[in-house]
Amino acid sequence: MAEVRLKSVTKAFGKVVAVKNFSLDIKDGEFIILVGPSGCGKTTTLRTIAGLEEVTSGEIYIGDRLVNDVPPKDRDIAMVFQNYALYPHMDVYRNMSFGLRLRKVPKSDIDRIVKQTAELLGIRELLDRKPKELSGGQRQRVALGRAIVRNPKVFLFDEPLSNLDAKLRIAMRAELLALHQRLKTTTIYVTHDQMEAMTMGDRIVVMNEGVIQQVDTPQNVYDHPINKYVAGFIGSPAMNFVDCVIAKKNGNIYARTKGMSLRIPPDKAKLLENYIDKEAILGIRPEHIQDTQTVKDYEPETTFKASIWVVEPLGSEKIVHIKNEDSDLVARLDPHVTFQPGDTAEFTARMDLAHIFDKETEETIF
Amino acid sequence: MYTKKLTPWLYLFPALAILGFFLIYPSFHTLYLSFFNRDSSMFAGINNYLYAFTNRIMLTAFRNNALWVVVFTTLTVFLGLIFAVLFDRVKYEVIVKSIIFMPMAISFVSASVIWKFVYAYRPFHTPQIGVINALLRAFHLPPVAWLIERPWINNLCLIAVGVWVWTGFCMVVLSASYKSIPKQFLEAARVDGAGEWKIFWKIILPLLTPTVVVLATTMVVFVLKVFDIVYVMTNGNFSTEVIANRMYKEMFQFRNFGRASAIAVVLLLFVLPVMLFNLSRFKREKL
Repeated sequence: MAEVRLKSVTKAFGKVVAVKNFSLDIKDGEFIILVGPSGCGKTTTLRTIAGLEEVTSGEIYIGDRLVNDVPPKDRDIAMVFQNYALYPHMDVYRNMSFGLRLRKVPKSDIDRIVKQTAELLGIRELLDRKPKELSGGQRQRVALGRAIVRNPKVFLFDEPLSNLDAKLRIAMRAELLALHQRLKTTTIYVTHDQMEAMTMGDRIVVMNEGVIQQVDTPQNVYDHPINKYVAGFIGSPAMNFVDCVIAKKNGNIYARTKGMSLRIPPDKAKLLENYIDKEAILGIRPEHIQDTQTVKDYEPETTFKASIWVVEPLGSEKIVHIKNEDSDLVARLDPHVTFQPGDTAEFTARMDLAHIFDKETEETIF
Repeated sequence: MYTKKLTPWLYLFPALAILGFFLIYPSFHTLYLSFFNRDSSMFAGINNYLYAFTNRIMLTAFRNNALWVVVFTTLTVFLGLIFAVLFDRVKYEVIVKSIIFMPMAISFVSASVIWKFVYAYRPFHTPQIGVINALLRAFHLPPVAWLIERPWINNLCLIAVGVWVWTGFCMVVLSASYKSIPKQFLEAARVDGAGEWKIFWKIILPLLTPTVVVLATTMVVFVLKVFDIVYVMTNGNFSTEVIANRMYKEMFQFRNFGRASAIAVVLLLFVLPVMLFNLSRFKREKL
């Protein structure tokens, strides 16, 4: 086990800069998630930690050791690849023991460790099979087993669940977490799936275009996104963004669009003094828009009328797409509302939980 | 019902007819001729086969063919493998591979003519026109009669020409196979703790084995029938005779149809097991 530190790591492929000035301290035993859209540099970052890519500049420490010039085989890390990369000519046992055999671990120890790990992962009866005879979930477990047997300092996961079907993915998610709680090995996990990021990480690192956007606990990233990009990336359905003008009337501050005028709570209004009569972006999460029939006590001047045009019943909730003048919004409503497409209803927005973003920089104002 | 059974045969008929007429019939006719005398006028029993298996020159040919099979196959496949894997890592890969592949573009006959000049020998103290002997002379060493020194030097010199031509082919086939190995296997092995040497032996080579086997058997079949190089460079003189060249001589120089046919049948018998092995591999790989 070890901590991992990256100091202003930059990786360029020719003229394309994949990772820019990436600095991060990962604590011993932490489960950290790199999340972002494809091409954001998260996998490249992981590969530089593994040693499969050389950094263009910056420093990487595993434990106290600077590993910039240490080849992958001497970094004491284990990696699980997206498509598992199980050696096709070796059976499961030989796949799992490959790393141990290279390290000249005594045969009896190898046998014990491999069988123990196989037991832990429920693949004991698969040990003499070849990878092509296994299902996706089984291959996933073998890849995991291959990483675990070596008891490395750090686990690196590169989208390990993305090739599994939805149900198996959720099951494996829980298994991975349980495994981490048991082994307590520092884990760096790359995913593009924000659900995985939210549910699994001690902390998540949101990346975009090679740059870290925000590093924090999942809840903090959700509640206090640092900019519009993070706000829009984390959360499903995504946060609603509406272009608005900040207006002042009778000492109150409002976010105004063509058809809405929503009052901003006084404690937050102070932050907008410099934005009066200027354009800004209002961000409201779907669950913070409710209809006024269901929710009775709402702040005054936070309501607006909107027409309903799509209703998606999900059983536990209804996702309703609504339209107010030129603003399209998505609301997450009680499953028992009876709206039909074409209806018009009154809605209220939780302005105490809403966000305002600077129009130019897209940074969060609050 | 009747047409249903007949239809597939109808479709097969053109192929079967061509195959039968140009391949199966001549094979059996050759077998038939091999039991007759030089102009096929008289039954000769197994005389032609006695000749094929006991004559001194035929035994030399067998020995040389064995030498070709072992040395040529080993060298082409081994060098092809080394080049395929090593040049994959360098920037000028395309240029180097093109150069190595280039001899494939010329015929065996032209290659042989070129190499005849390379090996050319003139007595000591006279100007050498062969590149190798000229080099030896530059170092004040006596010239070597590369194509005459029997039996090892001249045979190995002939084999070298074949290797020169065919290594490029083996390299290209192995290179294609090597490139189709997903790089993640190599990366996984690297992370697992393997150095490049171990990766070659434990990951790359096992994954290339099917290609190596197919390539090696193809080379064996090809080289059992080797003819042009020997015909052009030594015409089988100085103990460099090979089976195919002997067959050619019996047929077209000595006009002995019986012997030539017997030699052809013997050659076929040598090639057959290798072909069957290859076929069975293909079948297994399909399953």
